[in-house]
Formats: sequence, structure tokens, C-alpha cells
Amino acid sequence: MIIVARTLALAATLALATACATSNRSGDSTLYQGLGERSGIAKIVEDLLYRIVEDDRIAPQFKGIDVVQFHTNLTDQICEISGGPCTYTGRAMTEVHEGMNVTETQFNALAEQLILAMEENQVSTSAQNRLLGRLVELHPDITHR
Amino acid sequence: MKPSTLCRLTLVACVSLAPAAALKADPGSRLWATGGVTTIEGTAGGGLVPWALMSGYASDEEWGGTLTLSRAETDDFTLNVTGAALNWRNRIELSIARQTLDLDTLGAALGQDELSQDIFAAKVRLAGDVLYSDYGQWSLGLQHKHQREFDVPEAVGAEDDRGTDVYLAASKLFFAAVLDRNLLVNVSLRGTRANQGGLLGFGGDRNDSYEAMLETSAGILLNRSWVVGAEYRQKPDNLGFAREQDWWDVFVAWIPDRRLSVTAAWADLGDIAGLEDQRGLYVSLQGTF
Repeated sequence: MIIVARTLALAATLALATACATSNRSGDSTLYQGLGERSGIAKIVEDLLYRIVEDDRIAPQFKGIDVVQFHTNLTDQICEISGGPCTYTGRAMTEVHEGMNVTETQFNALAEQLILAMEENQVSTSAQNRLLGRLVELHPDITHR
Repeated sequence: MKPSTLCRLTLVACVSLAPAAALKADPGSRLWATGGVTTIEGTAGGGLVPWALMSGYASDEEWGGTLTLSRAETDDFTLNVTGAALNWRNRIELSIARQTLDLDTLGAALGQDELSQDIFAAKVRLAGDVLYSDYGQWSLGLQHKHQREFDVPEAVGAEDDRGTDVYLAASKLFFAAVLDRNLLVNVSLRGTRANQGGLLGFGGDRNDSYEAMLETSAGILLNRSWVVGAEYRQKPDNLGFAREQDWWDVFVAWIPDRRLSVTAAWADLGDIAGLEDQRGLYVSLQGTF
């Protein structure tokens, strides 16, 4: 029941967030396009959040976050990392994860859920690999802090 | 079926499965294919070459393991391997394997049907992560091998019926490296006195010392379920009665789920005990818990 309620609340806030978010600066990246541009990335992040909520390995680490803000920030971050016309305006990765003591198990679990969310959105293996290759560079800033 | 029989069967099933199910809900959190498969020596790796990867999918808060059955058939020999491995927190891997080499062609002449050895192995991840570290993942491993029937190896000049291989392995996955596919590269350096991996004993008349052997492999992950690649394993040549060549193979591994992998390879094992060009198909089935 709790999961259902949380999922519904998440759905409502995310629908709103996705509808509000637009960005039109020029970019040059096949990866960004391969992820479906900002709207595609927003959808992937949305699906990722649903997956996180139901994953006992990582859900506790996300307890109490501002879901709309998180969705916007992560979407912007992936958009920027993939070469899209966005700017991540959240706090530094090291600062965000300070004191969370993110384990390897949790980092792996999040990577797994991201991959599954990308598959769910028909992102090609090629684009998945390229994005993961860039995201794993954040590993030292996220784990064991 | 009589009720009593059903009860007994159910009880056996419950008693044997319940503890495992209670302790282990899934095979672990590491990403698909990052456990490799199981070598003929029971260690996590490819088919012939040990990798720095740890068996199964346990991550730093988990434990897990694998069970493996493998078989290779060449013109004159058949190798069967059964193996089991445990992985504690992606840090320590302990494994056992039994190799049985059926002497299909030589058996009658030698008056012995098979050669066989047991392998007790340990591997420690020293540093790094195959996916997340710039310098890759580094592991140190031991394989203690014990002949079960030493008559034939001794007759052809092997010095010892047991030996311990030591290896240092490095593995790294390069994301989107080949046509945007992930590339896994492994290099191992092994110190060994083993003849034909130990099936013909350890040390010999031509050489009786440890030698350093290079073993390497590379695989491309077509997606998260399919890996294709090749391996090369340098070998000593200790026995005077017959030359020994390096091994190599090309493989394809199918990993439909973390719980299961199926590997097929075409392996060239060179000359074995004087019989030339031993090439053939290798198949390995691995379950992960």
C-alpha cells in the first residue's frame, strides 16, 4: 500500500515536472539525440524513479528527497553529460552524497535500474553504453562518502 | 504416489531449499556479465584464462556463488569439469573443481581410462573495479592442483602429483569502445610448473622450475546478454616425451539472466601426449546463486 501511494504521488508530481520542463538551446550530440533529447531523458529519469522506489537496496537512500527537484536535476545532468543544451544547477556530486555512505551494491543497483529504464524506453545499446561510460566517471564522487 | 512418499519428497525439498532461499533472494547486484563465466580450473574467467573478475554477482554487501558443468571434446580426448565457487563481498573467491580427462584414444594402450585432478583455488580482489576504475580491477589468485591418478603422468616424466599455480590478473571494461559496444580486456600472468594444466602432473625432465606464462583474452559485449571473444594461454613445455603447445579459443557466451550462462567455444589445445592438433568444441553451463 505504501509503495502504491508513493508511486501515485510520484506520478502526479512527475507529470507536472515533465510538462513544465523545456529547453531549446542548441547542442551537438548524437548521444543526446539517442536518448530522445530532453523529453526522452525526462521520461527515462521518471521511469528510473519508479524503479528506485521499488528497489529495497536503494529506496532508503532516496527517502525524503524533493522528487520534483531531483527529477529536474538528474534530467538536466544527464542532458548536459550527453551533450545536450542543458545546465546542471544542482549541488556538486560530492556534496550531495556527503554522509550517505553509498555502497558499491547501491551504485550497482542504481546503474542496473538506469539500464532497465533505458531499455524500457527503447534506448539503443550504443547510446546506453556511451552514457554509462560518461556516468561511471562520477563513481568516485558518489560512493563511500 | 503414496502420501508418505510425497511427504518425504516434499520434506527433502523443503529442508534442502529453504535455508538457501532464506539467505539468498537473488544472485547479487553487480551488472550483467561482470562475473565472467567459469574456467576449466573452476575460477571465474573465460574458458581457459582466469580473469580478475570475481565469481557470480555478489557486490560489496553480498555473497554468492556459482555451480558449473563444462565439457570439451577433441579428436582424442574428452574433458569434463564440475566446479563450484563462492564469492564473499566481491572480495574473496573460493572455488573447487574436478577435471576428468577421458583418454578416448590412448586408454586401451595405457590400461587407464582417464586422468583426473582436483583444484582448490582462491582469488582475492586487490584493488579496483572492472567497470568503475580507470586502472581496472586487479586480483591475485592461487590454484592448488592435486592429481587423483598419478601413474600415467609419472610414467611420462612428471616430477610431482601436485602443484600450486599463482596468478596476477587485471581486467577492465572499456565502455562503447568497439562500434559503441563495451570491450572487456583481461591480462593474467601465471607462475606454474603444470603440464597440460596439471593433468599430466607438475614439472618434468625438460624443466622443473616455475615459469611465468602470459594469458590474455578480450570479449565484446554485443549487448548485456551476449559476449563474443577470444582467449590465449601460454603454457610451459616441461616433458620430454611430447611437446606441449599454447592454448587458444574463440567463444560466445549467452547470459539471459544473472542466474544462468551458457558458453560455447572452439578451442585449440595443440598436441596432447603426442597426439596432434587437439581441437574441438567446448560447452559450459553455469548457474549463479
